[in-house]
Amino acid sequence: MAAVDHAAHPPLANQSSRVDARTLGMFLFIASEIMLFGSFFTIILVTSSFTMHWALQAIKRGNRSGLKAGLSLTFLLGLTFLLTQVLEYSRIGFAPHTNAFGSVFFGLTGLHGAHVFVGLTLLAFATTRAFRGHYTEDEHLGVEIPGIYWHFVDVMWIVVYTTVYIL
Amino acid sequence: MPNPLRSESEAFRFLLGTVVYFALIAIAGVINAWAGLVVFIVLTIAVAWWWWRSRQPAPPRQAMGVRSGPPGENRILVIANETVGGAPLLDKLKELASSSEDAARVHVVSPALNSPLRHLASDEDPARAAAQERLEHSIGKLKEEGIEASGEVGDGDPLQAIEDALRTFGADQIVISTHPEGRSNWLERGLVTQARERFAVPVDHVVVDLGEQS
Repeated sequence: MAAVDHAAHPPLANQSSRVDARTLGMFLFIASEIMLFGSFFTIILVTSSFTMHWALQAIKRGNRSGLKAGLSLTFLLGLTFLLTQVLEYSRIGFAPHTNAFGSVFFGLTGLHGAHVFVGLTLLAFATTRAFRGHYTEDEHLGVEIPGIYWHFVDVMWIVVYTTVYIL
Repeated sequence: MPNPLRSESEAFRFLLGTVVYFALIAIAGVINAWAGLVVFIVLTIAVAWWWWRSRQPAPPRQAMGVRSGPPGENRILVIANETVGGAPLLDKLKELASSSEDAARVHVVSPALNSPLRHLASDEDPARAAAQERLEHSIGKLKEEGIEASGEVGDGDPLQAIEDALRTFGADQIVISTHPEGRSNWLERGLVTQARERFAVPVDHVVVDLGEQS
């Protein structure tokens, strides 16, 4: 009879982990979500650096349309990043007080998000000025300085992303 | 090391470098943890080597001796640290002043020498105050000898300090005053040789042994 029972029901899976399989599944799902959001964030920010660089190169050649398009795209990409981060915070499934990772995650990404907000403010000024006809081939420091800051924020994101999402 | 955020273009290149650096480590790490570690070590050594190379002295740049003073003036630029008030230096300046029929005009640059730690912390006030004190003492002594003298506190890097001073004080001659061989950090770094290679102005070297003087 024992042989018949064995044939009717597959043997129980060996569970070496102390974590319940369903809970572990949810952890893995959240981890994959974090990776997805993280990759998405990285692509958005790195792309925004390219558009920022394009904007400055455009005005250096006297191309005002390129300047306006580049700055607008950079601003929109930065805004997308920030809004996506807010969305992620609301759905992430853990809070800063949940565990150590939660504290580190919200601390690092929140601080970086604050820097993105400052960068967006600078970009908003630069974009508005660009549409008002400011900046020329020789006078474009008002684009250069937000550009430096924006690239710096991106570099910091690469470090945060590697630390929080990958390692 | 050049400042990677000096301009937007350099900041952009720095970002691309950072992306490549972390991406290679991450990709290797995903394939195999040990491969990630190896890539991290190799890339970090490569970056450190590049940083070390970029710290080497800049290639010689000549023609940094554009005259800015009136004709009939013998313009001498002096660069000195603690030895600024030393007797051999004063003797050399008197000798140079008397060797020409033109009126001597001396401009003393006293570099704000700082410790690496304070330099990193941008804490330069004490170094500048000490350099200013040495400078005033030196100018006072020169004036006592009847030599018209002015001065300024310069960059902590003596080569940079000379270059900065030459932009506003076009000199006919540069005098570098140092401690003796073995005690002089400037000599160890080859300051005199580098200055001769870099500036199209005659460079004299004076050794001041403060221990011997006292």
